[in-house]
Amino acid sequence: MNAPQFKAKDYKSNVDPIWCPGCGDFHVLMSITKALVELGRAPEDIAVVSGIGCSSRIPAYTNCYGFHGVHGRSLALSAGLKVARPDLTVLVMSGDGDGFSIGGNHFLHACRRNVDMTYVVMDNRVYGMTKGQPSPTTEPDWDSALSPGGTGLSPFHPLVIALASGANFVAREFSGNIKATTKTLVEAVNHPGFSFVEILSPCVTFRPDEKEWKNTVHSASVEETDDPGRAARRIMTDDGMNTGILYRGHRKPYKAQVSDELGDIAPLETAFEV
Amino acid sequence: MSSLVPMRESVSFAIVGTGGAGAITAGSILLEAAGRAGWYGLLNRSVGPQIRGGEAAALVRLATSPAVCMSKEFDILVAIDWKNADRFIADMPVSADGVVVADPASGAVPKALSENDTTIHNCALKELAANIPGGRENMISVGLVAGLIGLSLESLMAVVTDKLSNKGNAVVAAGRDCIRTGMAQAAEYEQSYTLKPSPIPDEKRWLITGNEAVGMGAVRGGVRFAAAYPITPATEVLEWLAPSLASIGGALVQAEDELSSINMIIGASFGGRPSITATSGPGLALMMESLGLAAAAEVPIVVVDVMRAGPSTGIATKSEQSDLNIAVYGFHGDAPHVVVAPLSVADCLFTTQWAVHIAEALQTPVIVLSDQSLGQARVLIERPADVAFFANRKTWQPVEDEVYTRYALTAGGVSPMAIPGVKGGQYTADGLTHTVRGTPSSKQSDQKEQMDKRRDKIDAFNFGDHWGLTDGEGDTVILTWGSMSGPASEAQNSLKSEGINVRLVALRQISPFPIDAVEKALEGATQVLVIEQNHTGQFYRHVRSYMDLPGEVHQFHREGPNLIGPEEIAAQIRALISDRKTS
Repeated sequence: MNAPQFKAKDYKSNVDPIWCPGCGDFHVLMSITKALVELGRAPEDIAVVSGIGCSSRIPAYTNCYGFHGVHGRSLALSAGLKVARPDLTVLVMSGDGDGFSIGGNHFLHACRRNVDMTYVVMDNRVYGMTKGQPSPTTEPDWDSALSPGGTGLSPFHPLVIALASGANFVAREFSGNIKATTKTLVEAVNHPGFSFVEILSPCVTFRPDEKEWKNTVHSASVEETDDPGRAARRIMTDDGMNTGILYRGHRKPYKAQVSDELGDIAPLETAFEV
Repeated sequence: MSSLVPMRESVSFAIVGTGGAGAITAGSILLEAAGRAGWYGLLNRSVGPQIRGGEAAALVRLATSPAVCMSKEFDILVAIDWKNADRFIADMPVSADGVVVADPASGAVPKALSENDTTIHNCALKELAANIPGGRENMISVGLVAGLIGLSLESLMAVVTDKLSNKGNAVVAAGRDCIRTGMAQAAEYEQSYTLKPSPIPDEKRWLITGNEAVGMGAVRGGVRFAAAYPITPATEVLEWLAPSLASIGGALVQAEDELSSINMIIGASFGGRPSITATSGPGLALMMESLGLAAAAEVPIVVVDVMRAGPSTGIATKSEQSDLNIAVYGFHGDAPHVVVAPLSVADCLFTTQWAVHIAEALQTPVIVLSDQSLGQARVLIERPADVAFFANRKTWQPVEDEVYTRYALTAGGVSPMAIPGVKGGQYTADGLTHTVRGTPSSKQSDQKEQMDKRRDKIDAFNFGDHWGLTDGEGDTVILTWGSMSGPASEAQNSLKSEGINVRLVALRQISPFPIDAVEKALEGATQVLVIEQNHTGQFYRHVRSYMDLPGEVHQFHREGPNLIGPEEIAAQIRALISDRKTS
């Protein structure tokens, strides 16, 4: 392997993160920058797109082109960007509230559309920015001021939903496992089509119980598969702490894209002539 | 038929039938053939909410000069059948010296038509069609109308051959036989509505809808990306753009909803590609939050709202000018942006191209307020002139040792935008209040500086003389905007023929409000009549929030679906003038 052209610092900005000390998202930022070093693309050829929430603050902490948009719409914005600029590497960064609640519908259709980009959801099972409300992945009995006694709702199962909706690459990692996360992110970016990586990323402020995750996550003991049914069965029956690449499909990526060479519009005009 | 009847400058006809009976096709063939014969024309569709089996009518006006709106009464009404006629027949009155042609086998002529003096001809359309192998009643209707207005078989067959030759010679021959049969029938009627022949133009005329013209304007302006969510009556913009963009190296993506389509175009534009979407009121409402993002992050985009009767689902297939408020005032926070409105079907092209130019020059969202009456009308026009408006974004190129500041404060408020891929230009576009570098900030000074910047760039922009049009002399003024300019202009012309001179002032630029231009246009006015197609007078209130109107001020506005027509506007003006004389 050649010496890397870029170093981790080339992908980091000088903006200080607003995250709480101990937040898992610091580790995700590290894994992202390490993965970018490994991928070796220049920072200006990478776009990092996000919505709203703690995790969505990440674009400004990179030295790539970034877009910190509105709540829940990062997948739409990034799809437009990637179709318009197929030459860019597009990373979409989200959280469980942004990605699965307000942005839930876009998640389904992004998986279906299969635009060649990588979707990273930092899942901490809580709305942190608004100070501790249950998200779609929160346990039903988790007590909070907004939903006293818990929501009583069945948690959203992002990986299975991604599979059912047609995502081309599905993986789960734990933020604290930087080496494994980096490796998976590199694979996700290199895999054609829509790649989805859920990163369990503890919120130590509102979910101190998640500090335990470092002890409960475990690497998947089975090999990855290209059979979505098999992958779904495994994911449905595991304990939710199983990490690694769980599915790698072969669907062709979304094909429409804007070309740099723009054609002549005269034939469009002629078609209106009587 | 009588040869003593003088030839006409304009003729209006309606072909009605159940959806799927081919009324719209018949009207379209006649319109296109009229274009080949050197005439101008306009076709509106009147359709019910049903996809098939509802009512459908082609309302057509042909003229020797460009037709800007439908006439109130029709000279000719051909009914392929009368199914569901009760739903719409009141909207298409036939003039006293007009004619109704209908097949008695389709039932009785509706009372609304049979109760006045209009001549009614029975014509066995079904039987005539059945006698021709492959014959269709709608094609007999084409022949009937052609015979009554003096449109040649040759012009018609040129169109029919173009449209049907891919279905085989037998289909073309059946079409020709049907048209001949219809013409022969018409020759037996004593009425005639012969349109004065026009010279065949040197340059080919265009046949285009307002929605297609929006698409063409976008493409001429440099748009190469569109995102789409289907909605009546805007879908045709998107359906035209999909293959058209693909053919010139661009792309259209069908989104899962309008929340997605607006964000897709923001993303594409951030990537350096001029981008557009089209929607109607309900979709525009969904896009509001992200329009604010485009304003705050300074991303150029164009959103076309083909307005329909609202609120909520309203009447999806009918026109209204009732989204002015949401387009101008719907953003949360203080979010300067631009709103423009095309003045005619042909102007949909110019106004959209201009909108792209403004959006790109100002790095701001521009909303184009078209409406159903423009979008779905098909017109014969001269080829719209080429204009120099092309997407021309101020972009950033690397300068040695310069640290890029995306939101730098500049004299005109517009700061150079770095496009991804350009080394050293990396920044994060942000809806959060930000510093000149784009870094999130909650400081008073940053909020003020960036707000001033976004306001100033629009204030400093030279909108040229495209704010609208002013036409005619007179101290009585019709003040209107967007699509109502057509009926207002026609009212002005008919009043002129009565010796009443009225000034028309019609706005294309809605926001920022062109105060100086409008004040100048209204100089010397003693009476101002403000016309618009909505329930509450949104435009009037908008105007009044910027300026006082001179003289006596009157409003005439009405919600859809019934379009305000030139006759009504003329009647309002006559009443104003006579009130003044008597008072």
